[in-house]
Amino acid sequence: MIAIIDYGAGNIFSVKNALDYLGLENILTADKDSVKNADAIILPGVGAFPSAMKMLENSGLTETIKEEATKKPFLGICLGMQMIFEKGYEFEECDGLGLIKGSVRKMEETELIIPHMGWNKLEVLNNCKLLDGLGDNEYVYFVHSYKAECADNDISAYCEYGGRVPALVHDGKYVYGAQFHPEKSGETGLKILKNFGGLI
Amino acid sequence: MLAKRIIPCLDVRNGKVVKGVNFEGIRDVGDPVECAEEYNRQGADEIVFYDITASFEGRGVFLDVVRETAKKVFVPLTVGGGIKTVDDIRETLRAGADKVSVNSQAVKNPQLIRDGADIFGSQCICVGIDAKKIADHKWTVYINGGRVDMGIDLIDWVHQIEQLGAGEICLNSIDADGTKEGFDIEMLKAVCDNCNIPVIASGGAGKINDFAEVFEKTGATAALAASLFHFKELTVQEVKSYCRDRNITVR
Repeated sequence: MIAIIDYGAGNIFSVKNALDYLGLENILTADKDSVKNADAIILPGVGAFPSAMKMLENSGLTETIKEEATKKPFLGICLGMQMIFEKGYEFEECDGLGLIKGSVRKMEETELIIPHMGWNKLEVLNNCKLLDGLGDNEYVYFVHSYKAECADNDISAYCEYGGRVPALVHDGKYVYGAQFHPEKSGETGLKILKNFGGLI
Repeated sequence: MLAKRIIPCLDVRNGKVVKGVNFEGIRDVGDPVECAEEYNRQGADEIVFYDITASFEGRGVFLDVVRETAKKVFVPLTVGGGIKTVDDIRETLRAGADKVSVNSQAVKNPQLIRDGADIFGSQCICVGIDAKKIADHKWTVYINGGRVDMGIDLIDWVHQIEQLGAGEICLNSIDADGTKEGFDIEMLKAVCDNCNIPVIASGGAGKINDFAEVFEKTGATAALAASLFHFKELTVQEVKSYCRDRNITVR
């Protein structure tokens, strides 16, 4: 059972639709016990960093997630990936979940069209299980204006957009984060979600 | 590198796909969910549904189409037509749309762009613009499917919507739409040079080279077409493989 955290942010139904399509058992939930009893956790998210952290806090799930992410597969998607890091700087400085060292800042390279919207190519840096079975010419769908800054050894794959943009991060244990939307990335994205389901 | 996007658009009325030529003379063809699945198979980078239904009942049927498609097609879905309020945006996103496209209503009430961006994020607010040339390097914005000239300068409008928090622009040329003589390069260039958000080129695609031309000559990050794909004159695959041969990055 995969718990998709429903804390009021973003199009969570897309993630659910993709898991349903793959036959991966899942539940949309904001309940602590459901999250504790789940075999894996997905944290989706669209919107702004501070308001999403606040909504998560209001759901009373922040501590539960921090604890559970050390015990079972955890995947943050888009803003959910950014929230994995220690700090975000969207509008204001804001604490993240701190599951991986690093911070999230505005993409400010000049002449760059923002948001970074569309399909970009994954460049693998440190292979991880979510990339199993994928080739070396895989495109995934991004839409974001902020990017993570973190250590190379936590980056499984990046893409090029005004420099390196961390696309898939992994702490070496249970915590994964995808800056792109696997649930909107066609066959490639479905494969990544299937691989995540396979970690259970 | 970021790939250029090829986006088929499906006009939907009462739950069925239609295609207007110059916004007139509509033909009724096809099931939208099936069409979307076919485009997905062809490698479409996104799919746009445009609701041209006028009735309340029709709206419900339309959202069912979005809901069904979102269960089967795992690429971004943009939904436009008839979106007037923040509640309409919420309802559309909840049905499974990733982005909404607002057009006439954004011109009448620009605050809708800001409210939508503040609540749901800029990434899901695409502003559709219908514009027509009035003089050299000068265009004005139209509403109501290209029927009413608002007398607003296109470039001023582009600056305004960017500041209001729009995440993307879908720029339709009334002059080029339905002509099949290629995208409106001059207008697209003017808009792309005057904003920093992604621009989708719309209106005028008639042959395979039009797609390569729009990417080579303008800063558009995506190109949209409806009838060309709908009547199977070209497939998304063919367009992409042609672009690839011209060294344009596509997925």
